[in-house]
Amino acid sequence: MTRVPIRDVQDVQEAVQTHPRLLSVGGGSKPALSSPLISPSGSSPDDTPVTLLDVSALRGVVEYDPGEFTFTAGAATPVAEISAMLAERNQYLPFDPPFAARGATLGGTVATGLAGSMQYRFGGVRDFLIGARFVDGRGQLIRGGGKVVKNAAGFDLPRLMVGSLGRLGILTEVTFKVFPAPAATATVYAEFPSLELALEALIRLTRSRFDLEALDLVPGSLMISEGSISEEEPRTQEGSVPGESRTEGRPASGATLLARIGGVADGLPARQRQVAEFLTGGNQSGASAPPVSVSPVLVSTSGTPDHDVTHWAAMAEMNWCPEGWSLYRVPVTPARVAALDRSWSAEGAIRRYTSGAQTAWVAWPGEESQLNRLLRAAGLGALRVDGPPSRQPWIGTIPGGPFLERITSALDPDNRFDLPGIWPRADVSHG
Amino acid sequence: MTRALSSSLSGLRQLFPPDRILTTPARMAVYGSDALAALNQLPGAVVIPETATEVVETVRFCHRNGIPFVARGSGTSLSGGSLPVAEGVVIALNRLNHILRLDPDERIAVVEPGVVNLAVSRAAEPFGLYYAPDPSSQAVCTIGGNVAFNSGGAHCLKYGMTGNHVLGMELLLPDGTVTEVGGDSRDSVGPDLNGFFVGSEGLFGIALKTTLRLLPIPALYRTILGAYDSLEAAGDAVTAVIASGLLPGAMEIMDRLAIKAAEVGARAGYPLNAAALLIVELEGEARTVEADFTRLVEVIRTSGAREIRVANNADERARIWKGRKSAFSAVGRLSPDYIVQDGVVPRGRLGEALVGIERLSRIHGLEVANVFHAGDGNLHPLILYDGRVPGGLERAEELAGEIIALCVELGGSITGEHGVGIEKLAHMPKMFGPAELACMEQLRAAVDPERIANRGKMLPGGLS
Ligand SMILES: Cc1cc2nc3c(=O)[nH]c(=O)nc-3n(C[C@H](O)[C@H](O)[C@H](O)COP(=O)(O)OP(=O)(O)OC[C@H]3O[C@@H](n4cnc5c(N)ncnc54)[C@H](O)[C@@H]3O)c2cc1C
Ligand SMILES: Cc1cc2nc3c(=O)[nH]c(=O)nc-3n(C[C@H](O)[C@H](O)[C@H](O)COP(=O)(O)OP(=O)(O)OC[C@H]3O[C@@H](n4cnc5c(N)ncnc54)[C@H](O)[C@@H]3O)c2cc1C
Repeated sequence: MTRVPIRDVQDVQEAVQTHPRLLSVGGGSKPALSSPLISPSGSSPDDTPVTLLDVSALRGVVEYDPGEFTFTAGAATPVAEISAMLAERNQYLPFDPPFAARGATLGGTVATGLAGSMQYRFGGVRDFLIGARFVDGRGQLIRGGGKVVKNAAGFDLPRLMVGSLGRLGILTEVTFKVFPAPAATATVYAEFPSLELALEALIRLTRSRFDLEALDLVPGSLMISEGSISEEEPRTQEGSVPGESRTEGRPASGATLLARIGGVADGLPARQRQVAEFLTGGNQSGASAPPVSVSPVLVSTSGTPDHDVTHWAAMAEMNWCPEGWSLYRVPVTPARVAALDRSWSAEGAIRRYTSGAQTAWVAWPGEESQLNRLLRAAGLGALRVDGPPSRQPWIGTIPGGPFLERITSALDPDNRFDLPGIWPRADVSHG
Repeated sequence: MTRALSSSLSGLRQLFPPDRILTTPARMAVYGSDALAALNQLPGAVVIPETATEVVETVRFCHRNGIPFVARGSGTSLSGGSLPVAEGVVIALNRLNHILRLDPDERIAVVEPGVVNLAVSRAAEPFGLYYAPDPSSQAVCTIGGNVAFNSGGAHCLKYGMTGNHVLGMELLLPDGTVTEVGGDSRDSVGPDLNGFFVGSEGLFGIALKTTLRLLPIPALYRTILGAYDSLEAAGDAVTAVIASGLLPGAMEIMDRLAIKAAEVGARAGYPLNAAALLIVELEGEARTVEADFTRLVEVIRTSGAREIRVANNADERARIWKGRKSAFSAVGRLSPDYIVQDGVVPRGRLGEALVGIERLSRIHGLEVANVFHAGDGNLHPLILYDGRVPGGLERAEELAGEIIALCVELGGSITGEHGVGIEKLAHMPKMFGPAELACMEQLRAAVDPERIANRGKMLPGGLS
């Protein structure tokens, strides 16, 4: 398998024009995606040799104007570098890109469309990407979008790049809008005797008037104790299912809600109390929905501010997924979670539901084919974001359809970015 | 009417009862233009479907016969987006106005394309929810039109425009293929096809069904109005608010002429001798909003505002917004005709842009009123002219074009929310190079090889 290093955008254009099949890698923090579909001999299944395009040189901040709340950077710029730069000005990427500590890049984040728990508040990658430069399958450099936060001119090409997995072009530069970061954060933890009851509370919270930064649901107990919240160490516990560990007096079938709030530090304790009271059916101020029918077993609003930050940063690294397991991201809705959770837990999967149970993260121990069957039956699709390299990034119901086929045929007429299995080839499409 | 169209019209007549297919100039007259009234064009026929099936049948019919079609909502496009194509068919979607599903627990509404924007929020209100994008035309414009233009409004600073609120769609591609994109979840896998369809100005076909995300109605709004002695001072105040780290839900500026219009047209009661007004609104959880509002008032106080008004209840809030929301139509009281322009500049260059517009206005001898979404740099200069004066419209259009060129020069965009339509076709090459225009044309051709969907709009190459 050839690996071609890239010095600049012209190199990318040239490589696209001279190699029949390419896959771009930012460096590979998501090896399940940046090295899929390639046989050990280095060919794609149809025997066209695959060239790995190492775009890691396309890194660095091109422009950052804090007053404008936008920045432009090379596609291979690490997310961590950007977050540090923004933090100096009390700004942040509100969609909470995961895997920063592992070296995730902006381009890889856009290409996978990955957002973390904090997307609950203001939306995902697509809501913050305002410009993208990419090289299409003809080798043309395309400048999509712009550098202003509002722009309705022409087709929204940046949005199309979100989640495209490199199939529609190689990103070289991206522009994001950013927001002022909350001055401080705090979290309310509430443990319920069953997942169903936790879901009921979650739905009421999503309909309430609390401005939550994140709202996650974790099956099992998080072992809340005075002043700190600890989880079982997943990777050291052979055979046990982390996140469902039994603690004295607490049901293993229960579930924990994590509601994070942000804002001026002074106001946080009182706001935490309001959320807690809402959950326990007490004071309803600030709420539009009735209190939940069953109070949580345990509510904790403790945890120091520092602890809060490290806790959520750890969540964004998905460290709870055991080594060697595959991790899938499945778009869901709260109403579907209870049934899905039953079928997944029966197979020994570890689950987390983030962003108000709109995203399921499923760590899968066994054969992918079984998860694939379950997803198909549910009409859902999933992106495999971590785990050993495999032959396809999607399982379940693969997104796309004729609209995507036609778009693909326009941007990549010679199938240069087509690693079979990503989605249907351009030549099966219309016209 | 060409022979091709008249002979195929008989086929179209089989799909619709006589009262829902219009072919005479008199009956089609109201469909001849949209809110860009300077342009007028009668189509070959107007059909008024009542079901999605009828829409699908119409598009399939057009595709079989190579007849161009234009989808139409309420015709409030300000860029000529819903202007008919001669010899083409206008598909009027207003009767597809059903909210098919409203699920408060999932916080979504699934709507037909002819549903009026405000109707979604009205239906969601009993559940404590609302649909966030609020174009000033929201009492009449349709979700289909909003989708086509990625429409925004005063309150899009925090939660985004239409594109940020569309979760799924059933699309009717220009060859009659029906396909779904997205779903009910706020998350998705695969390329963001929702986001790509939104803002495509009808060139990719028709949105038959749209799944919208709903948000909880904010617990509290706090609104402040500041009056300034110069536009620059108001612009600087915007910069100061942004720099303070506050995240307002809306931030709007009106200039002297717009204030006057609001007074004449809506009796807004604004401070009349001010050169500029700034409206800033915070929304959200009560405690946060109250705390932030204290800071906001301080920022405005130290920004050189000569008068400050704070809304203490819903009535006072409504009064502050009334003038702003009616500013476009109110300008009609000041001048026989006007063009609503729409451009974007980086927020930090608002001041420069306004000085530039003032200079251009003097050079052309035409008055310009400015109303804009200051928080995201989206300008709406209203160019006043008299269409009865020979050459009046042309002069106004020339000025409008120069303002747009100025926006591009400053690093902005030719449109923030009204779209390219026909009005801005000529400006597309200022914004995009040949590679981008070719790429967009290839995308369009792949989806619609015959170019029958909204032919002649958005892409300059599409004229041929
Ligand atoms: C445990 C670990 C340790 C590491 N340690 C180091 C280290 O010490 N030093 C170091 O330099 N690196 C290290 N890396 C690698 C590297 O820093 C990152 O993994 C990599 O740069 C991040 O890429 P990504 O995760 O964003 O995307 P990838 O995993 O590279 O790709 C994800 C998906 O996005 C697509 N994609 C990526 N970029 C583009 C693009 N520009 N355009 C279009 N599609 C794109 C890919 O095709 C793939 O489908 C390490 C990685 C791991 C996992
Ligand atoms: C007084 C006034 C104030 C305005 N204020 C704002 C504002 O604040 N913000 C803003 O963004 N805009 C504003 N507008 C512009 C206009 O209201 C919006 O562009 C609106 O979205 C158009 O909706 P409509 O139903 O009138 O669509 P139409 O004008 O009928 O059509 C607009 C475009 O959408 C296409 N279309 C319609 N339905 C569909 C469908 N189902 N599928 C695909 N394409 C379709 C049409 O072909 C056309 O290209 C304003 C207009 C006026 C007159």
